[in-house]
Amino acid sequence: MNANIFRHEFRARLKSVAVWSVSMALLIIFFFALFPAFADQAELMNEMMANFPAEMRAAFNLDKMNLATVLGYFAFLFMFVQLCVAIQASNYGFGLVSIEEAELTADFLLSKPVSRVEVLSSKFLAALSSLGITDLVIWASSFIAIISFRGQRDYEPRTLLLLLFSIVIFQLFFLSVGLVISLLVKRVRSVTPYGLGLGFGAYVLSAFSGVLGDVKLELLTPFKHFDAAAIVTNSAYDMPLVLLNVGITVIALAASTWLYLRRDIPAVS
Amino acid sequence: MSIIEVSHLTKYYGKARGIVDVSFGVEKGEIFGFIGPNGAGKSTTIRLLLSLIHPSSGGAKVFGKDVVTQGTEIRRDIGYLPSEVYYYEGMKVIDLLKYSASFYPGDHTQRMRQLADAMELELNRRINDLSYGNKKKVGIVQGLLHSPALLFLDEPTSGLDPLMQRKFFDLIREENARGVTVFFSSHILGEVQRLCNRVGIIREGKIVEISDIRTLQQSNYKKVHVTAEGLTPGAFELPGVTNVQVENGTVHFFFKGDINAVLQRLSSIHVTDVSIEEPTLEEIFMHYYE
Repeated sequence: MNANIFRHEFRARLKSVAVWSVSMALLIIFFFALFPAFADQAELMNEMMANFPAEMRAAFNLDKMNLATVLGYFAFLFMFVQLCVAIQASNYGFGLVSIEEAELTADFLLSKPVSRVEVLSSKFLAALSSLGITDLVIWASSFIAIISFRGQRDYEPRTLLLLLFSIVIFQLFFLSVGLVISLLVKRVRSVTPYGLGLGFGAYVLSAFSGVLGDVKLELLTPFKHFDAAAIVTNSAYDMPLVLLNVGITVIALAASTWLYLRRDIPAVS
Repeated sequence: MSIIEVSHLTKYYGKARGIVDVSFGVEKGEIFGFIGPNGAGKSTTIRLLLSLIHPSSGGAKVFGKDVVTQGTEIRRDIGYLPSEVYYYEGMKVIDLLKYSASFYPGDHTQRMRQLADAMELELNRRINDLSYGNKKKVGIVQGLLHSPALLFLDEPTSGLDPLMQRKFFDLIREENARGVTVFFSSHILGEVQRLCNRVGIIREGKIVEISDIRTLQQSNYKKVHVTAEGLTPGAFELPGVTNVQVENGTVHFFFKGDINAVLQRLSSIHVTDVSIEEPTLEEIFMHYYE
């Protein structure tokens, strides 16, 4: 780990972290502010939901959620938080080493007396810290939202913590998978399309696996590994799926290190 | 002692040629010129020596250390000025230079200021706002501020105005006088001749010639154009004259040898126009192909 690179990387990402964090805090608080209205009209809501096509209910996990409960409603909201976090983490993963190469600053950094392992680990830890700040904001705003708007309704704090903690592992997945893909393709010219693609792609895969029912696509996507509705219903993670998720992350990280150590830094062309 | 030893270094990018079987050595304290046209493999060679890319076969040592396995240690004493300078935009010059210095032990603030003064570089400007030439200056200061023992300069003068080029050359000579070894890549023969002790010529990925700069100059061709009335190609039948061509009353030829012989012959003719010039690098390469 090199403190200079860490500091530089962390600072370079501060603005992005601020924008993402504030957006997610607003999403959580405003979305949850509607909870009292939903809960009061629970009968009506559930009737209306029942009229939606089954596929759509499956895609949004609505058949497994009870929007009249604090955590049922929060799980619905949490899917959107997951989507945002997935895109943010994918962006950081794709950009981790590719931005330097696209902006041609990789020559500057790698001609310094630092090893590739140091460069990669410093960058990775800096991205992880940036995501950690977003996590703190998400956690704080979730608690604030729930405390402010839950009214008299009770919830299980342990389950909420399970849900909130899951985003750390969830982010690591997208950060690592984004990184390994960016090292597998020859050159990433712009990070955003890749980040959006991976984040949305994983979400759509999970939505479709709900629609298609039997097909085992969910094995691939963290949106199923950390299915918010299922975590709330069972008050527990689906351990085999979580281990699979961690396994993919570890493999992606090992492969990234291997690829980066052997990488030819593209020259100016 | 050899600072750089390159032996049978080969690099292919997939099927595309980078360099093929390149071998040469650079001694301590010399300024080694590395010339060749664009795409000849100059940058590839430098990038291999900096371990930015990995060799397909062959190897190289810098300071006696292997570039593939000991790159980190080697880079401690290396300064590198890339041919195209791009630095983290949005950063101020001073922040970038501090970031650069932070990778080397010790305090380099004073030297940073000296170099910036010498190159007339404003430290408080944003890198985005700098012109190409000013970015180049950032590159120069960045490459020199930690007092490296070996400098890699990849086409360093492009974008610098003539005055700055001269200051830059003075700076390099000063460094060299302190014992710094310089590896100077360029496609401009003139600047290499002005600065270097020895040159390697690379073409299409292969070393064509490595020689002392004086030997190269002596074997150097001059390109002569003479315009005069009633001129015949036979007027310049001298030893060393080749490639004689006549066009609209003008005679063009290449000359190798003591230029006084040509001048004497010219003085006996009533000429309307004369020019004697350095052949382009391409024309010199033609010579190496003959």
